[in-house]
Amino acid sequence: MAAPKLDIGTQYADKYGFHDPEKYVFKAKPGLSKEIVEEISWMKAEPEWMREQRLRALEIFYKKPMPLWGNTEILNTIAFNEIYYYLKATDKQENNWNEVPEQIKKTFDRLGIPEAERKFLAGVTAQYESEVVYHSIREDLAKLGVIFTDMDTGLKEHPEIVKEYFGTVIPAADNKFSALNSAVWSGGSFIWVPPGVKVEIPLQAYFRINAEKMGQFERTLIICEEGASVHYIEGCTAPIYSNNSLHSAVVELIAKKGSKIRYTTIQNWSTNVYNLVTKRALAHEQAVVEWIDGNLGSKLTMKYPSVYMVGPGAHGEVLSVAFAGKGQHQDAGAKMVHLAPHTSSTILSKSISKDGGRTSYRGLVKVAKGAENVKCNVRCDALLLDEESRSDTYPLMQIDEKKVQIGHEATVSKVGDEQLFYLRSRGLTEQEATTLIVKGFFEPFAKVLPMEYAVELNRLIALEMEGSLG
Amino acid sequence: MKQEILKIQNLHAEIEGKEILKGVNLVIHSGEIHAIMGPNGSGKSTLSNVLMGHPHYKITQGEILFKGENLISLKPEERAKKGLFLAFQYPTSVPGVNMVSYLRTILKNVKGSDIPVREFRKLLEEKMGLLEMDKSFAQRYLNDGFSGGEKKRSEILQMALLNPELAVLDETDSGLDIDALRTVCEGIKKTFQSENSLLIITHYQRMLNYIKPDFVHVLAEGKMVKSGGPELALELEEKGYDLVLTH
Repeated sequence: MAAPKLDIGTQYADKYGFHDPEKYVFKAKPGLSKEIVEEISWMKAEPEWMREQRLRALEIFYKKPMPLWGNTEILNTIAFNEIYYYLKATDKQENNWNEVPEQIKKTFDRLGIPEAERKFLAGVTAQYESEVVYHSIREDLAKLGVIFTDMDTGLKEHPEIVKEYFGTVIPAADNKFSALNSAVWSGGSFIWVPPGVKVEIPLQAYFRINAEKMGQFERTLIICEEGASVHYIEGCTAPIYSNNSLHSAVVELIAKKGSKIRYTTIQNWSTNVYNLVTKRALAHEQAVVEWIDGNLGSKLTMKYPSVYMVGPGAHGEVLSVAFAGKGQHQDAGAKMVHLAPHTSSTILSKSISKDGGRTSYRGLVKVAKGAENVKCNVRCDALLLDEESRSDTYPLMQIDEKKVQIGHEATVSKVGDEQLFYLRSRGLTEQEATTLIVKGFFEPFAKVLPMEYAVELNRLIALEMEGSLG
Repeated sequence: MKQEILKIQNLHAEIEGKEILKGVNLVIHSGEIHAIMGPNGSGKSTLSNVLMGHPHYKITQGEILFKGENLISLKPEERAKKGLFLAFQYPTSVPGVNMVSYLRTILKNVKGSDIPVREFRKLLEEKMGLLEMDKSFAQRYLNDGFSGGEKKRSEILQMALLNPELAVLDETDSGLDIDALRTVCEGIKKTFQSENSLLIITHYQRMLNYIKPDFVHVLAEGKMVKSGGPELALELEEKGYDLVLTH
């Protein structure tokens, strides 16, 4: 029997590729220069220190070489000079849904945002282009003293908090793309949770790129004070373009003593997007940080959410799933850095490749000397849907302490003919059977998502599996 | 007059160029229970796979008529919808797929229409009760981490829900201890509807102690070499395949 032929990507335009005619208040020239960076800072009326920080970051960006690891072949096709580094869709922030421009609403309708928002959301920061157009915080959240806003507003209204933490977890000099983000960042979320406050409902933001050759450089900073907890969710879907788009975000999390942060991402960029994101968390004493990271779209994703456990008893967790179709490379993984005793972490990575798609797990587990009684468990499962697809594992361990327990397990499996025959004998078509197997494989991820996201994920999988089965 | 459910005529099938079935003939009427016995390598499992339409096997000659319609050009899922069922000797597991939603999906696919959740739950509870299955079973993933006995009961549960006109049980008794065998066979008896038909494929006679066949056939080297009543199974058990087949 022939292996199931599934075609990903080719029907993208019909499935997700709706996009609004471009209509922007301000559109910078393509390319990157000191002038562009100054113009961005001026447009945003930023404080002097941020302007200077941006310019310093730009210098670092110029000096840093491109990464020499990962998929350098694809990485080196990024044409930095053709990218727009700043866009603003409307000149004014919207607080009320009714005031959101009709065209933008239509886009959100296609994405199912309003329903989800009405039913489940406390506050929505829907990032449309580089600027936040719609933002609402439920009243009781504000009463609790929780700050949930876009990063630009955060800088305006809470400059002292932003100045204290911005760039402390991921400095501009961390890597070339964090330098780029630090120079041209725009939008993203800013969250501060006061001590002891547990935010019960997930805070959500919806990201979307909608301009050709446009770069999106959102910057997110979440600070969870002692004993507080918060769950933040970002989900992305993008329309298709003929030219390449660059998405390079920086996300910094600070979980103070005994606090808990869960950060959930479902990204479904169109298959021409470079998705190069730096995500890192600091977990202090007894704090818990969880990255739930789903990568479905993009041309190349390079993303390794990290937890630096700096206080005793801290716990880090990464649950990462990736789906790579035709022409896609998902290079994803996790980094767990144990810098204090009695810290623990788990990494679960699950990836699916089909139609020649490629997935890589790239991980780091580091235990510093003196960090005794550390426990870490890593598990990577890869599922290949056909012979042309590929999966690689690059696990790196740097253990400088003897009293540790480290576990690592990796599996690669294929959708077997026997599995398909079994399900078909129970009345499922070959495509239905494959979809069921894929959904089952992603189940450990889906079950930690809020209901509506799990439903959306299943819908996305079904869409990806649709079509050209022979 | 009883309806002819299955008619296999001069069936030849091969896998990777090697002929396994060399002219099988069989007729099953509605309400009948048939058993096919045979030594290892006689083609028993090939026959069940070919009946269900396993894509690895190639049919080179002959016909499989199901209620008068030739099945050979039909896909496995189409055969399932016609009312044919195969209980696998080695059911595969599908991790992450919840039993309840899976069972509801296959029922919908085979019957062509959805049944209300409440009605489905009632049906499921009833069948699980007949099979003496623990409720927690429904919350597990499809055959994932199941013991041999649990896998076979899972097969019979699916059969009971789909209520096929003809079920082929491929060595359902293999890998079961005496207690598990009894539970599974009792389950088959309790859920079996008398107007339907069964084709039991087995190496041993022991399963037939519980489910009494109307006809017993012996398959050897890809052909039916002997047919008879239930007494044939006992004879085989007593004397062994070699002795019976050389006489």
